[in-house]
Amino acid sequence: MIKVSHVTHRIGGATILSDVSVELAAGGVTALIGPNGAGKSTLLSLIARLIPLQSGSITVDDLTIGACPSDVLARKLAILPQSADAAPRLTVRDLVSFGRYPYHKGRGTEEDAQIVAQTLHRFGLNDLAGRQLDTLSGGQRQRAQVAMIHAQSTDYVLLDEPLNNLDIAASRSLMRMLRALGRTVVIVLHDINYASSYADQIVAMKDGRIHAVGTPADVVTEDLLADVFGTRATVHQIDGRPLVQV
Amino acid sequence: MLRVFWAAFALLILCLLSLGVGVIDLTADAKAWQVLVISRVPRTIAVLITGAGLAICGAIMQMLVRNRFVEPMTSGTGQGAALGILLVTLFAPQASIFVKMVLASATALGSSLGFLAIVRRLPPTQPLLVPLVGIIYGGIIGAGVTYVAFQADLLQYIDVWMNGEFSGVLQGRYELLWVAAIVAAASYFAADQFAIVGMGRVASVNLGLNYGQVVLIGLVAISVVTALTVVTVGMIPFVGLVVPNIISRLYGENLRTTLPVTAFTGAAFVLASDILGRLLRYPYEIPVGTVFGIIGTGVFLWLLYVPRRHVP
Repeated sequence: MIKVSHVTHRIGGATILSDVSVELAAGGVTALIGPNGAGKSTLLSLIARLIPLQSGSITVDDLTIGACPSDVLARKLAILPQSADAAPRLTVRDLVSFGRYPYHKGRGTEEDAQIVAQTLHRFGLNDLAGRQLDTLSGGQRQRAQVAMIHAQSTDYVLLDEPLNNLDIAASRSLMRMLRALGRTVVIVLHDINYASSYADQIVAMKDGRIHAVGTPADVVTEDLLADVFGTRATVHQIDGRPLVQV
Repeated sequence: MLRVFWAAFALLILCLLSLGVGVIDLTADAKAWQVLVISRVPRTIAVLITGAGLAICGAIMQMLVRNRFVEPMTSGTGQGAALGILLVTLFAPQASIFVKMVLASATALGSSLGFLAIVRRLPPTQPLLVPLVGIIYGGIIGAGVTYVAFQADLLQYIDVWMNGEFSGVLQGRYELLWVAAIVAAASYFAADQFAIVGMGRVASVNLGLNYGQVVLIGLVAISVVTALTVVTVGMIPFVGLVVPNIISRLYGENLRTTLPVTAFTGAAFVLASDILGRLLRYPYEIPVGTVFGIIGTGVFLWLLYVPRRHVP
């Protein structure tokens, strides 16, 4: 479980997060939604120790962010970098192998090689293993990066708006891959319908505060859209999942 | 394996050529052995170390800055080293070569840190700004060095460092380069770390890497190698730019596999350029930087326009 307690964060004079406390359950997919500037990405970056905590505390299971060594946390929690604008000239195999770096810090063992091979196979990357990342399509590159996170074998996986620049096929396939990972996934999403369709738990944020926490059916309502996003939209129920008419 | 053999063979031929080319005819001179030991062998070794070291520095710097168009000699590190030497010459002319080396490394590191601090503020959407800013930054430091040298009547002195070439390399005057060779070789132990840093800060932190520490280690290595090169043979631009780019296009950027190839190619290219520079206007010499600039740019342009093949 990720436990966020009384986290306040300021950048310059602006308050990005004010006294945020929330518990993100272990297992399943949790989506963070909210308008631009709500503080979703900042919260995610704080959990992933990408930016230092100013006040309050965050724990991931028994590890305390800030106190726990970065390399120990790297075996507990992974964050998928936003699809790099300039992809490094690494092969898919190189990239996935780097997912094992927190374990071996350089020289991979036989076990690491096995995990990399299994991961490549599982994500259907065997044919692309020798290709360089900058020669792949956006969807393929995203798949390779998720494969790297998989090889990292962490209990928690964080993602910040991974669907940017992906078409519908790549987006759906990524969300399914994330569900199939079997890890605790925390994901910042812009598209509420993706959150509603693939998340077990939704956290809605507004103005640096938590506005609502619950299942998609509880959270995605016409009232919430009006309150949090300031837009009036019709919400349909399809197969027990709310769907926003856009 | 066969490729490695042919590459090693080609380098060996180049080395033999380098030992054989010069004003003094080895077959006719009774002191041929002395010429070899005092001049030709040191020169060849200096060229090999310089070529390999500068190519490695370029490859590492391109990872740290996350930009393929930067290299230490054109973005302030080399000019920083020259500044250090100038300061020693002005204020402590009697200082030992060791003091010179340490101070040149320190000023080189300082100006590299300055470059990095400026680059961090540039918009990531404009990658070409980075090399432009680097050239301007290096140019300003270089101009400052030239101005002070002019005022102090040291222009001729400073010219030796600003325009690198190997004709002055003699036994007893190049041995510092061995330190550069050791530092460059040692950087290979951090090849994985540099490659991960090249994926960006988020990717580095995700893998538990101490990002700032790795960047600092990389900058120190670059600064020491660059400073020692400037102290002993002078500034040689483009090697750190062209060679890593050629290798990255052909073999990618997994430094663990590519750094040795980069070092080898840098050594071979600079040695070939030096031999050509000695032969073209025999018995006079053309500075190695000039020859390398022309050949390297040609190869680089050719590579840019050749369709990329997928690495098998």
